[in-house]
Amino acid sequence: MTKADIIMTLFEKVGLPKKESEEVIEIILSIMKQTFAEGESIKVSGFGTFSVRQKRARRGRNPKTGEDIEITARSVVSFRPSNYLKSRLE
Amino acid sequence: MTKSELITKVSEQVPGLSKVQTEIIVDAFFNSITVALQNDEKVEIRGFGNFKVKRRNSRTARNPKTGEQVEVPRKKVLHFKVGKELREMMNNQKGV
Repeated sequence: MTKADIIMTLFEKVGLPKKESEEVIEIILSIMKQTFAEGESIKVSGFGTFSVRQKRARRGRNPKTGEDIEITARSVVSFRPSNYLKSRLE
Repeated sequence: MTKSELITKVSEQVPGLSKVQTEIIVDAFFNSITVALQNDEKVEIRGFGNFKVKRRNSRTARNPKTGEQVEVPRKKVLHFKVGKELREMMNNQKGV
């Protein structure tokens, strides 16, 4: 499923015109991305928690060439599904 | 940030959309992802990330405290991979 399918679903389920659906989805995503970029986590009840974590720099290796490389410190997002979402996957 | 804070922010950015309407849309958005994942479909949101259901086979493990063998049943786990644009936004354009 891609964004276009989500837009289609909003159109079918909520009756929101496609152009508006697309606009609102882009706004939802851009607010979420901005929040992560600021280092803040997002908890969506009934869906799951996106948490921003800081990873320290570490030594790594290029698996292809065997070359030693430095993996820089970075922020990552990890997602933990809610119990409800997990139960839906069973 | 919680879902209700997200809803408030979204409704502020869309003129003419009430909070109640925004809530319906935000819920429908996450619900459509849930339904797709339930059907074992991969969800790809360009620039944001992908959600994918992976299967784990059953395996025999050991209770580390008692040493007792236990059977871990097969299960599905959800995997989220951050998209390139988001990764770069979070790491100052340097998305290695």
